Amino acid sequence: MTQEQISAEIAELHEAYLKEGAELHHAARDFAPYRSSALRHPRQPLVVVDDPEAAELAGPVFGATDVTALDADLTRQHRGEPLGERITITGRVLDRAGRPVRGQLVEVWQANASGRYAHQRDDHPAPLDPNFTGVGRCLTDDEGRYAFTTIKPGAYPWRNHVNAWRPAHIHFSVFGTAFTQRLITQMYFPGDPLFPYDPIFNSVLDERARRRLIAAYDHDLSVPEWSLGYRWDIVLDGPSATWTES
Amino acid sequence: MTHPTPSQTVGPFYGYALPFAGGGDLASGGIVVHGHVYDGAGEPVPDALLEFWQADPAGGLRGAPGTLRRDPVTGAIVGRHGLDFTGFGRVATDADGHWMLRTLVPGLPYISVCVFARGLGHHLYTRAYLRFDETDRLLAGLGPQRRQTLLAREERQGVYVFDVRLQGERETVFLDFR
Repeated sequence: MTQEQISAEIAELHEAYLKEGAELHHAARDFAPYRSSALRHPRQPLVVVDDPEAAELAGPVFGATDVTALDADLTRQHRGEPLGERITITGRVLDRAGRPVRGQLVEVWQANASGRYAHQRDDHPAPLDPNFTGVGRCLTDDEGRYAFTTIKPGAYPWRNHVNAWRPAHIHFSVFGTAFTQRLITQMYFPGDPLFPYDPIFNSVLDERARRRLIAAYDHDLSVPEWSLGYRWDIVLDGPSATWTES
Repeated sequence: MTHPTPSQTVGPFYGYALPFAGGGDLASGGIVVHGHVYDGAGEPVPDALLEFWQADPAGGLRGAPGTLRRDPVTGAIVGRHGLDFTGFGRVATDADGHWMLRTLVPGLPYISVCVFARGLGHHLYTRAYLRFDETDRLLAGLGPQRRQTLLAREERQGVYVFDVRLQGERETVFLDFR
């Protein structure tokens, strides 16, 4: 498969979505340009559970013992400093009513500055960085805020099609107060020239929704002579029952 | 109502970030629940990540912190201390697409399952029912064939099998919460 074929498929699916007129917030599970989705999405419609007693309206809890102070600084997990552009990312985790999600676990993982993951199955011939693993955790504070210090990840090649490159991204895993609010997603950086080519980014069919995956550069968060700052708020989905509970 | 942040696939390289030793060992001395994850060709999925959430044996859904309890000196994950029941587990499938959970029988008839995988753009929810409950609204609303996909089979005392089929014949019933 060439990039031209993949791009044509993406354009066709985006056009079909616009014609449909429905508003979808999440990545489409059946998205042919992302090759490995073909055999990994259900064909039957989801079955709606409308049960105020459902276990999924509660969820796992985490606390002070589940994280360490060093977890949120990915640049301090080894003896030396990692290579790359030092950045901070901060934002708030909110529910759909705009209320902060407090004391919940946020996990991140990412490639290093060269675009290489510290994973033995990643055979991209870019250097590993002995001073960077690329894994972080923190708990949100009373205002739902999280913050990480890390380095900006590089673009990453993959074998979805010929000359396939992922835009630079950081994987985020977030818990809400209900298991139904669970979210795993990817945060992107503003102005990335790879956006139009990437089937994973574009598996979110709605253009406004895709924009919600892109962090904002925030000069006020940059630290003189030290780091560049990005801001990215996360809004967790969930059934209406989780929006109205007190 | 604010618009939610879209999901994206967990990708192939979560393995050094999300799973942790003992992730499926919620409690000892109880039951084992295990199974495979299969794709639409019937092939095992070796890069799926499953999360489990369940009631405690009394039916309580408050959970407890400490699933990822850390060693303050090394930072390593030492895991649950075994006094509290956290109700949460996380297991990556192995090279055979197999996973295993050691836990206690929940006070509700089911264990909630959340499935993430490379190739899956948005996670899927399902439930592993350890017993058939005629009053359960979800089971009652399904035909016998589809219902069967949610029922864990007790292969021997205290050992249940629950396979997840992402697509195709005997495709697992996946859930949407409203």
